[in-house]
Amino acid sequence: MTKRFEHDVVLSGIGKSAVGRRLDRDPLALVRDAAEVALADAGLTMADIDGLSTAPGPLPGPPMGYTVGGIEVLTELLGVRPTWFAASPETMGHAGPIIDGALAVSAGLCRHVLSIRATWEGTHRRLLAEGELPAPGGGRVTGRAQWHSPFGAMSPANWIAMQATNHMATYGTTKEQLGALALNARANAARNPDAIYRDPLTMDDYLGARLVSTPFGLYDCDVPCDGAVAVIISSVDTIADLRAPVRLDAVGTAMTERFSWDQGTMEHEPMVAGPAEHLWTRTDLTPADVDVAQLYDGFTFNCLSWLEALGFCEVGDGGPFVEGGDRIALDGELPLNTSGGQLSEGRLHGFGLVHEAVVQLRGDGDERQVPGSPEVCVVSTGGGHPGGALLLTTLA
Amino acid sequence: MSSAPKPLPLLTDTNRFFWTSGADGVLRLLQCGACASYVHPPQPVCRECRSDDVRPAPLSGRATVLGWTVNHQPWHPAFEPPYVIAVVAFEEDPTVRLTTNLIEAEPESIAIGMAVEVVFREEEDAWIPVFRPVGDDR
Repeated sequence: MTKRFEHDVVLSGIGKSAVGRRLDRDPLALVRDAAEVALADAGLTMADIDGLSTAPGPLPGPPMGYTVGGIEVLTELLGVRPTWFAASPETMGHAGPIIDGALAVSAGLCRHVLSIRATWEGTHRRLLAEGELPAPGGGRVTGRAQWHSPFGAMSPANWIAMQATNHMATYGTTKEQLGALALNARANAARNPDAIYRDPLTMDDYLGARLVSTPFGLYDCDVPCDGAVAVIISSVDTIADLRAPVRLDAVGTAMTERFSWDQGTMEHEPMVAGPAEHLWTRTDLTPADVDVAQLYDGFTFNCLSWLEALGFCEVGDGGPFVEGGDRIALDGELPLNTSGGQLSEGRLHGFGLVHEAVVQLRGDGDERQVPGSPEVCVVSTGGGHPGGALLLTTLA
Repeated sequence: MSSAPKPLPLLTDTNRFFWTSGADGVLRLLQCGACASYVHPPQPVCRECRSDDVRPAPLSGRATVLGWTVNHQPWHPAFEPPYVIAVVAFEEDPTVRLTTNLIEAEPESIAIGMAVEVVFREEEDAWIPVFRPVGDDR
């Protein structure tokens, strides 16, 4: 058997700050909150942390709402002196920093990695509107942006919408089938006191929402927010010190397509197929063993792409698979995005999905707990820039 | 149209040929002299065979629609919604694509596989390639 570094680590702690559309707090205070919750959850203290990872880290240009900075900011904020650290915008999905941390622990560079993702898009938007922050853009565009911005294709909403129209034309996928994903997320969010949008959503609401970029309307798009999530990755050797660890069974990281939004596949979100296929080569488990799924839903169609890529249905059959929502409901055969996902809980950039995976495997979901003590949870993040997948299990 | 300036590409030694190609009404992409692959976005070596014999080559400007969307969201003051964004695949090699705008096309008439042809929108020192349905003689 090939060595699986994944088995050298566990996910030992999760922590989430307050999450809201706009909290008007310094996002670094949210990071502190999330980190302290995760430490207590793991049964560790800050002195135990010897690794740090985050994404996307510091970016050139004016401050952006989807990052609070990188290792410089985190070490100063938390007083950590790590033996290993990483911050990169080009990582294996939004959960890439967790995979990075697992690799570092397995390699013996550190024993407890604190991995952070923080967003302050609500507060950032207010500060921009008030002129308190310099506006991004202006001037000439370079790099990848030159292939999108001169055409007003400013957002992933536009880029992914074009794969969605291709999928609809090729396979007959319907708007109502995409809507089943939005309604499922909202129904689960109604059972999650921490979710941002909890009011019931009907198919009429979904179909009647204002359009963003066809076929996507408002409820096909996730919810920008303020919030931070921390996840601690620990050496399996420390398991006796930990309160409630879960196992990392496998990761999927392979890139099998061009790193591009338009030069590769048009039938699914780019860069979901590689990580999904890779994941199943690193485990004895199969899609049939999965008890609950947390799949990236920046847009409804992303989630559909992941369902197909991970083999829960054939490519092209994602629409019928989710139609009506029964199969993906909390009591269905594949409960999906049980916290409300990014579509209703809030856009916590994949870390919210990892957080929920741990909650479900521990049986801590309260009103939204998947029945029958789930033992296997798949998490996917990203796609597009690029993607990554995790398979988490209970310790047993 | 809005008076706000559209975001334009920064012209460099690598991409200038592409963004100024429309000056004579012809769209050009880099093509590899060794293996004939088109190399887009432009880079100094062929991504298929890694030859550095890559040169701008003229294309027919004909393409088919692979994906499209009507954008309704006001992302940028220079672009007043609604407008149509599309990914088109070139006739010479459909694995080579461009994200672009469809013009002179009613959304109800757009379909995957629709034949389109390039026209250029001149903006300062750049010629922005956008596409319209083939056979549209307006």
